[in-house]
Amino acid sequence: MILIGERINGMFKDVRRAIQQGNPEPIWDWAKRQQAAGADYLDLNVGPAVEDRVTAMKWLVNTVQEVSDVPLCLDSTDYDSIEAGLELCKRPAMINSVPADAPKLERVIPMARDHGAHLIGLAMNERGIPKNAENRLALAMEIVATADAYGLPMDHLLIDPLILPCYVAQDHGPEVLETIRQVKLLATPSPRTVVGLSNVSQKCVDRPLVNRTFLVMGMACGLDAAILDVDDNELMDAVATARILLNQDVYAESYLKVFKNRGVR
Amino acid sequence: MPVGIQKERYSSKVGTVTLGALPESGGTRTRTVTVGGDSTMPFLHFEGEMPNRAAVAFEVPDIAPPWDESLKRFWGDVWGDPAAWARKAVEEHGADLICLKLLSPDPDLGGTGPEQCAEVTRAVLGAVGVPLIVIGCGIADIDNVVMPAVAEAGAGENLLLGTATQDNYKTLTAACMVHKHNIVALSPIDINICKQLNILINEMNLPLERIIIDPTVGALGYGIEYTYSIMERIRLGTLQGDRMLSMPVICNIGYEAWRAKETKAPAEDFPGWGDAIERGTLWEAMTATLFLQAGGHIFVMRNPEAVGLLRGHIDQLMVSNR
Repeated sequence: MILIGERINGMFKDVRRAIQQGNPEPIWDWAKRQQAAGADYLDLNVGPAVEDRVTAMKWLVNTVQEVSDVPLCLDSTDYDSIEAGLELCKRPAMINSVPADAPKLERVIPMARDHGAHLIGLAMNERGIPKNAENRLALAMEIVATADAYGLPMDHLLIDPLILPCYVAQDHGPEVLETIRQVKLLATPSPRTVVGLSNVSQKCVDRPLVNRTFLVMGMACGLDAAILDVDDNELMDAVATARILLNQDVYAESYLKVFKNRGVR
Repeated sequence: MPVGIQKERYSSKVGTVTLGALPESGGTRTRTVTVGGDSTMPFLHFEGEMPNRAAVAFEVPDIAPPWDESLKRFWGDVWGDPAAWARKAVEEHGADLICLKLLSPDPDLGGTGPEQCAEVTRAVLGAVGVPLIVIGCGIADIDNVVMPAVAEAGAGENLLLGTATQDNYKTLTAACMVHKHNIVALSPIDINICKQLNILINEMNLPLERIIIDPTVGALGYGIEYTYSIMERIRLGTLQGDRMLSMPVICNIGYEAWRAKETKAPAEDFPGWGDAIERGTLWEAMTATLFLQAGGHIFVMRNPEAVGLLRGHIDQLMVSNR
């Protein structure tokens, strides 16, 4: 399971303020904290409020790399901003994300290939997010075919079937799980799958419970990665336990502690 | 049409452990032995590296052992003299390592104390230049008194000391920490306990690179397949990145093989089984070669002829099949 720490995102007030003020402290804190919690990647999103996204992304990448060697997941709809960030990344990064729109795919896939980056492809296009698994898979297939045509290694591609808040779109849950299962069949080797986990629990009363329940369900369907709150201990315990039950780790009495401490490098 | 060989790609490998210390490292050994480092399932050279050859340790009992008489044809002249036994194992039979087995602290076999065990450890260290393994008598309360003295007597020699179990690991781990030795972590053919014990030892701050796994082997005909599958899972877990399983494996072959009736029963009792001498040799050799193929790294052996057969098998399997 690839765990992508979600916390360095301009949607959060403390991060937004840090970016606006050029204050590295809160960014350093979140980078170190998420690394210690075992994040495999750190998601970096400058947020919607920033005017110059290129400058802000470059500052975020440099600031995080001052204190952390965890690979970065550059999160933006502005591809100039992502490209500027990629130039600075010391380790192969992940690009988050590109929808199944031909012009965008043609811009981003070669960028990922040339930088050795992983790429998250969204199962949506200019008409929005499909209602069912079948149409999500059709869009995923467009991304897979384009990636293949441009020579992006298939194991560098992650498909995000896009989970919506169960509060407003309960019917999408089973469709997303079915998509996760079937994405594996689109190519050999198969692309991997990822979800932006916290979206599923928007406006729900017990968000952590909804998050960890859905993550475990996703893992049972073969989910490979998630953008999530690595600082949520119960969520991490659920991941560790699901890995045991899926026979991905060998059981030992201290398995929770070992999983928690795996970020200590 | 060319056929592509499907190859697995693994993200991790078995840790390496070096035993023994040369004078420049504070010891008195004339050579060291490094095991582990495998980045593939055993002997699939086309999928990864096996940088270090499996090592053979000759088992040397500290007193005249209650072993089968047939082994006296190799060791009769040194029976009960561990220093001479060790020297013979190295000089005549090319031992990579000596495994000194402390039988004498057992009350039924003499009930010696820590001073005598420290003394015999020093004597064997003085007799040979190869690295030394020292294994206690297996009675927890006695090992906890004897092994710290052995660890102190061998300070600087980078010994391998055993055995730690889930119920009794703290004293030996502490002794290995203080005197900078390596530890044998013994689990009863149980991968979950194997992993847990490694975690517990590591939590006491002994580095993972100083632990050797003893998964408990069985002899041919006595549940050997259970340990085989445990060792297979240990290796698969290791290659998939489980650091708490990624240690080299020691296989206590001689002890297990010579417990089996088939190694010892006279030919006149079982005419269909053939010559007892040859059978004993083959039983130990077959047990060892199976665990070699399962991924063992250190083989503790008794019969030099069985060791010869094992070495021939290692030679053949180490030929690259890339």
